[in-house]
Amino acid sequence: MDPYSLKKLNALRKERRAAILLTDLGDGRDRVIAEGDAVAGALGEAVAKAFRSGKSGTVVADGRTFFLNVHLPPPRLVMIGAVHISQVLAPMARLVGFDVHIVDPRTAFASPERFPEVRLDAEWPEDALARTPLDPYCALAALTHDSKIDDPAIRRALDAGCFYIGALGSRKTHAKRIERLTAASLSQTAIDTIRAPIGLPIGAASPAEIAVAILAEIIDALRSRGIEPRKGEAA
Amino acid sequence: MTAIQTRDPLQIAESWMGEGRDVAIATVVETWGSAPRPVGSHLIIDADSHFEGSVSGGCVEGAVVAEAADVLEDGKPRMLEFGVADETAWEVGLSCGGRIKVYVERLG
Repeated sequence: MDPYSLKKLNALRKERRAAILLTDLGDGRDRVIAEGDAVAGALGEAVAKAFRSGKSGTVVADGRTFFLNVHLPPPRLVMIGAVHISQVLAPMARLVGFDVHIVDPRTAFASPERFPEVRLDAEWPEDALARTPLDPYCALAALTHDSKIDDPAIRRALDAGCFYIGALGSRKTHAKRIERLTAASLSQTAIDTIRAPIGLPIGAASPAEIAVAILAEIIDALRSRGIEPRKGEAA
Repeated sequence: MTAIQTRDPLQIAESWMGEGRDVAIATVVETWGSAPRPVGSHLIIDADSHFEGSVSGGCVEGAVVAEAADVLEDGKPRMLEFGVADETAWEVGLSCGGRIKVYVERLG
């Protein structure tokens, strides 16, 4: 491996950018492709597919055999609301392999005592998310029940193309949310991507059970992100 | 709070390189059947046979580390294949019944 490729790959991974290390298995030469870089021809198609699926593998293009090692950023779960559900969801998400970030301007909620060892910002989502921007490898769970706090975060998540956006609240609450977002000239297509009521319908009752339902829904969104239906599922 | 992460082989490879150590990188490029580590997984090895990461559940690492010494010596990448069909591989013990192909190359 070219030391320059290794450094470039590690730098992109550090910046949470998707990258592929492309190795020609014939002559051993390699190069790094960042998501968005133009790659022509048959190889370009294979590269685009690999970024979508996140799957590494061998491809033959233009008579040469290449290995594509796909490095997608680790998924991050951003919770808006330092609430009871967040207290349970944070350690669960971490066990599953997510980075966790909690934002809540209400200092009584967002206290380090309630969230030991959690990346916690006791400020408005606009401020916290300006400093630590959302990206397509982030999931956003809006959990405050307070539109002043949740709505701006949801709008940022829609702009950033987060792979999952879920919002807590009943169907009635969500209908009002849709009205507000429509009034703020968001498209119906964008609004339809918001999962509400949040979580898979497993009859969750306690905060911990709701956290399981949310986490399962996030994993489902992550694993079906931009790829064909999984084995055993209809198209 | 960040995810509970295992040590990152590619970060370690870069830091070993910074220390002036010779480094070989092994990568799982293909798997068939049940294989313990997915395609893309890395094992990195230095000239003193120190290693980090994994290409299997610990079954064939010994054989890969031994091969890495030759790769570091002559700089030529090698493609290794392990599986139950291969007597030697059976001895090194990919006992899960899968087969894997591992590409071993020198860094730099």
